[in-house]
Amino acid sequence: MNSMNYGNLFAITLPETILEIVSLLVLIVDLGWLRKSAQAARMAVACWLGVLGCGGAIAWLMLHPEPVGIAGGALAASSLVAAAQIGILVLSALVLLLSVRVEFSRNPGEFVAIVLLATTGMLLVTAARDLLVIFVALELLSLSLYVLTAFAKSSAQSSEAALKYYLFGGMSAALMLFGFSYLYGLTGTTSLTGIAAALASQSVSPLLVVALVMVAAGLGFKVAAVPFHLWAPDTYQGAPAPVTALIASGSKVASFAVLIAVTGAFLPAAYAGQGASWIVVLVWMAAGSIVLGNLAALAQTSVRRLLAYSAIAHAGYMLLGIAAHTAQSGAAVLYYALTYALTTVGAFGVIALVERETGSDRFDAFAGLSRRNPLLAATMLLYLLSLAGIPPLVGFWAKFNLFASVLRSPSAGVWGLGLVALALGASAVSLYYYLQVLKRIYVAKPAQVEPIAVSSLEMATLVLIAAAVVVLGLLPSVLSGWIPLG
Amino acid sequence: MLAYTIYLSFAGALVLALWPRGRMRAARVFALAVALGGLAVGLAGFVAAGSQGAVAIADLAWVPAMGIHYTLAADGISRVLVLLTGLAAVAGILFSWNIGDKEGDRANEFFAFFLALIGGVYGVFLSVDLFLLFVFYEIAIVPKYFLIAIWGSTRREYGAMKLALYSFAGSAMVLIGLLAAYATAGSHTMNLHELAQYPFPVSFQMWAFPLVFTGFAILAGMWPFHTWAPTGHVAAPTAASMLLAGVVMKLGAYGCLRVAMTLFPHGLDPWGFSFLGIGSWRTVFALLAVIGIVYGAAVALVQNDFKFVIGYSSVSHMGLVLLGLLTLSQIGIDGAVLQMFSHGVLAGLLFATVGRIVYERTHTRDLGLLSKLQLGKAMPFAAWLFVIAGMASMGLPGFSGFVAEVQVLIGAWHAFPWFAVVAGVGIVVGVAYTWRAMQRAFFSDTPAVDSNGAAIAVPEYEPVTWAEKAGVILLAGTSLLIGLYPRLLLDAIEPAVRALPHALLMGGR
Amino acid sequence: MTPWLTIVTAVPAGAAVVALLAGNRAVAARSVAIVAAFGSLVLAFWIWLGVGPVGSGGQMKFVERAEWVPGLGIEYHLGVDGLGALMVLLAAIVSLMAIAASRKVASQPGLYFALILLLESGLFGTFTALNFFHWFLFWELSLIPAFFLIKLWGGEGRGPAATQFFVYTMVGSVALLLAFLALFVATGSMDFERLAQMAATGELAAAIQLHLGPIALWLALAVLLGFAVKVPLMPFHTWLPATYSKAPTPVTMLLTGAMSKMGVYGLLRLALPIFGAQLAQVRTPLLVLAVLTVVAGAWAAAVQKDLKRVFAYSSVNHLGYCLLAIFAVALPSSNAAVQLSQTAALDGVVLQMFNHGLTAAAIFWFLSMLEERSGGPLGVHDFGGLRKPAPVFCGLMGIALFSSLGLPGLNGFVSEFLIFRGVFPLTWLSATVSVLGLLITAAVILTVIQRVFSGPLPERWKAFPDLTVGERVAVAPALLLMGVLGLAPQLVLGTVNATVMHLLAGWRF
Repeated sequence: MNSMNYGNLFAITLPETILEIVSLLVLIVDLGWLRKSAQAARMAVACWLGVLGCGGAIAWLMLHPEPVGIAGGALAASSLVAAAQIGILVLSALVLLLSVRVEFSRNPGEFVAIVLLATTGMLLVTAARDLLVIFVALELLSLSLYVLTAFAKSSAQSSEAALKYYLFGGMSAALMLFGFSYLYGLTGTTSLTGIAAALASQSVSPLLVVALVMVAAGLGFKVAAVPFHLWAPDTYQGAPAPVTALIASGSKVASFAVLIAVTGAFLPAAYAGQGASWIVVLVWMAAGSIVLGNLAALAQTSVRRLLAYSAIAHAGYMLLGIAAHTAQSGAAVLYYALTYALTTVGAFGVIALVERETGSDRFDAFAGLSRRNPLLAATMLLYLLSLAGIPPLVGFWAKFNLFASVLRSPSAGVWGLGLVALALGASAVSLYYYLQVLKRIYVAKPAQVEPIAVSSLEMATLVLIAAAVVVLGLLPSVLSGWIPLG
Repeated sequence: MLAYTIYLSFAGALVLALWPRGRMRAARVFALAVALGGLAVGLAGFVAAGSQGAVAIADLAWVPAMGIHYTLAADGISRVLVLLTGLAAVAGILFSWNIGDKEGDRANEFFAFFLALIGGVYGVFLSVDLFLLFVFYEIAIVPKYFLIAIWGSTRREYGAMKLALYSFAGSAMVLIGLLAAYATAGSHTMNLHELAQYPFPVSFQMWAFPLVFTGFAILAGMWPFHTWAPTGHVAAPTAASMLLAGVVMKLGAYGCLRVAMTLFPHGLDPWGFSFLGIGSWRTVFALLAVIGIVYGAAVALVQNDFKFVIGYSSVSHMGLVLLGLLTLSQIGIDGAVLQMFSHGVLAGLLFATVGRIVYERTHTRDLGLLSKLQLGKAMPFAAWLFVIAGMASMGLPGFSGFVAEVQVLIGAWHAFPWFAVVAGVGIVVGVAYTWRAMQRAFFSDTPAVDSNGAAIAVPEYEPVTWAEKAGVILLAGTSLLIGLYPRLLLDAIEPAVRALPHALLMGGR
Repeated sequence: MTPWLTIVTAVPAGAAVVALLAGNRAVAARSVAIVAAFGSLVLAFWIWLGVGPVGSGGQMKFVERAEWVPGLGIEYHLGVDGLGALMVLLAAIVSLMAIAASRKVASQPGLYFALILLLESGLFGTFTALNFFHWFLFWELSLIPAFFLIKLWGGEGRGPAATQFFVYTMVGSVALLLAFLALFVATGSMDFERLAQMAATGELAAAIQLHLGPIALWLALAVLLGFAVKVPLMPFHTWLPATYSKAPTPVTMLLTGAMSKMGVYGLLRLALPIFGAQLAQVRTPLLVLAVLTVVAGAWAAAVQKDLKRVFAYSSVNHLGYCLLAIFAVALPSSNAAVQLSQTAALDGVVLQMFNHGLTAAAIFWFLSMLEERSGGPLGVHDFGGLRKPAPVFCGLMGIALFSSLGLPGLNGFVSEFLIFRGVFPLTWLSATVSVLGLLITAAVILTVIQRVFSGPLPERWKAFPDLTVGERVAVAPALLLMGVLGLAPQLVLGTVNATVMHLLAGWRF
């Protein structure tokens, strides 16, 4: 057994450590000094502390991008991993900025601390390359998210959503662990590279297939892919808006990162022919998500549920990229996930503001938004069009990059083309329901005409995200230093 | 220099989006200035280039890792279409002059969307990088939706959504083809000329061509994917209808020529077997085009809504354009491009007459109701304008449509004699429906009595505004000028068509 | 070289715009029209003089040539020989007469005179064109004003009459267009002189066969159809009676005086030179139709109850002689005697065109004066004994009527004589049967004279006003011309004969 180089380990996990320390700090500050202060002030302080913590972690990652595997391969650090982690931290920071004025919680310190814990889980998941580390990190993430979902204690919907999320998630986690145990049994190791090597010399056995399916179940749950998607609409609808934003953004990015790593493990080069069954599973999940996500979204009248189903559809597109299993498609999936997550945070930020003003997220609540707050409406326009894949916004670019990489993978062939065609066709369908929301915003007359008040911090955050959506769409090369294109 | 058409339009759109509320009159003047600027640039570029071949405009690396460049260039065809866009833009703004008159009308948003659409259209016509072309093509979709959904009339939300979805579906088809071509050619360039030289396997071209062609043809209003056009045109406000029928449908035809036919010329080759006399994609699409010509004309003949007559007539005229493209001959494609210009101008004129001059004042488009209003006497300007525009649209010599239609027919005769005959029949039906509409709307013999038999006096209508007159003179004058001296455009078009890939023009005589 | 032909065509067109601006000011509009028509008459006479006296050889004079759209064989090619110049002169005379007769225009006089001037311009354009595009442009251009003149100022039931007129003529135009497009596809040329040359050497038939197959005869028939509708040739005449009677009488003057001549001119300028051989193939059926036109036209005139319809059918009859002669001439032969007869027949045709135009216009002018005084109805039996209250009127109208009858000493006789002189040796049966037409016409005219001028005078016409001095002065020149040409036809015949001989020399049947 190799001796642990703890210094190295510490260095590698410094971002996570920073977050942990900051979360404890938040708790101390909030429960210690600010106990008697006003709710708003406590929330503001906690959120800003959290943002600072994320910022520190980002700074560390940007200053020290060291590509070196560590701890016997349990964690990986490469530029892609670093990019994903930075992205996750940015997303969490944005979520915290948008939470500064939330009123659903009387425990701001706990809220922010758990958000930071979830973020830590996301960072670990992204870097993990060992089955056990993956599981632990995923659990950290999931449990934090379950709790966060229930945070709006006065809302019955929130509790119900959290319960559904928890039950479903717990079951999926159990299945995944079961699958992991079979894998360990088949290969004798928990390290992904070790598994890859061991599977290379084995033939497909029913046990392996069961293991693969169970792992798929667990990971499919995290990314909300068909048929493990049932939790998504209710959770997206019931959870408080910043939490939904977090679930829809950072959690997704982390889950796709681990999917990429796991897929890489299940398909070592020599195993490629027999890895086909894993690919088939992914493809079915992808196709199902694309079709069901888009079709179900057509019928929605609640913007949150619409975005939930659209999230399922987007997961489907990304799964196609994973099924293509080339280095380029992996990078493309990550790019897609990050930009999608960014856009989604913005969208849920807008939803939060509209809900605060009108009390509902149904289509009618958005009617005439363009007259009540033109800037807010404009940002939502940009987010939704980006999700639909309209150039020159980043969503279009991400889709193009993703589908191009799918078609370029050597195993694409006719099926690949057919799936891309399916995805593009579904994108056309998606324009319909995004336009429905935009129609309400721009075309319909508002029920009340008072302007919707938005604090400058919130507006600045949303405008920043919108600007990023436009700039990244016009100049995709901006990110190519971290995530290679082409 | 021509690229400034794009930049001006988008910059104008952005400024208008941020325009202060309450200064709406200034907004429309600003929009007109921007559109005039675009037209001036387009005209200057056109004249300066003369009958040169392609004129390079810009070439910047955009995403070099994927071979995507910001490359703009204009050959004769592009220059002609840029000119058309400029004309349509100016005319459209002139005919929407009263948008800002009513309180709360959000004129600045209207003009912002309008200019954004124009910018996108300019971009498509000037792009040489296929990715860039696609981006501009898609950019044009969203403003269309809002223009119709917010300021339109009959069933505007339905019409807008249908239009947006059809366009998007068409562009999705195009994207699949483009991605496949990009991947097959090694994924290192998206430049049209470079990709055109890549020898795609014939089997690949055999499915890529119909896919991409259909994707663009949807926007061009090819039968049977044309159903968005009449609904959309009727639902749209006048300026948007003018743009839609006048310019946006030409985007589709342009894409068919510039992308589908240039990249995959062997997709037009005979299949080796024939089914009911159809032996190649070329014949399939020519057949659909001809059906569109006749179907559009026949349906226009029985419409009772004036705007629907014009809407279906657009489908018919675009069928002629597509037929001309598929003749794969110098004269046929020349005619098709000239027809694109001619119909663009004339469709604008017709929609302006019906939508703006008539509907604004009479508030009805029903031919039956209009026939009782003695519009020939009440609105002589509109009546005679429609006579002139209608004659031009019928293809009367002396106006731009005649030469274009003759060229297409001659080209079609060499390639598909029977189709040429049917197309000719369609053109004759075109005379009939234009005639019928003109008669019923303006010069009807219906006694001017209401339901009780009492005589209706000739109604008094607002006089024609200066803006309407200016727009009319611009469009009608252009059609007359080109009709009498088509060389003005043909001198630019012919070299550009000659420069099309050899493989393409070998298919016809 | 001054482009006289362009100028003479442009003058009425320009004046039309000016008249339009006069709007509702009747006096101003009419003055503009009279000045323009008079100016055109002077120019036309100048051109006639320029074509030259006997011995000029009958070639084209005042030729103007410029490139227009080379790709389609379209050239700006104008020229007149004796035939063309005579027709231009006729058009100018008849137009002036029509404008003089339009004293009380019910509404929108500016528009009315603008349309008449536009029609005159169209006539000039057709008679001077030597390239199909230009010719067709003006052919169509004359159709539109005629339609609107009938539609907007005609009598009861004018709507359907106008529409019928339009549809018939349009069908003929389409046939003409298709035939000439086919000729272009086969030969690459749209120039009349070139096509005639090719026909004479047999090149044309070979080219048609090569490119289009054995359809030369069909093309000839299509061209024939176009003109058959215009002249008209029975049975394509059914539009005529309604149109002539419902149109405002000055417009009927133009229709019968000038527009019908466009058809005969077309046969002489286009059909015989280019399709002579094909027409020779179907000579017999055509002769039958011509004879039918002559005889049935006269018979129908005899049974009409309305004076305008009487003379409408009489026009059909008179032009039937032209058709008879034209078809009779289509006989392949190198016999000198036959050629002499052909020359005589064609001399007669050209002269008949001029004479009938003049005479028919005069007759309808008198009818319009009758109409004004009677307040509307023009039945054959409505009048009687007008000799007593209005002797001058009856006298002058009598001159015109006798000229129509063919009284020696007046112009009508010379042309009819020449026609029969030429046709008899070529086809004695048709000529003999056609004499019936002469007899019936004589009966008709005499009956009209008897019914209207003599006989019992009804009460209401006791105070029938005679011609005013102004009217006498206005009508006199036309009548004088009839007499002069009747007594000294060589004034015109010299040039006409030279032209006809030159033309015949170049034709092959």
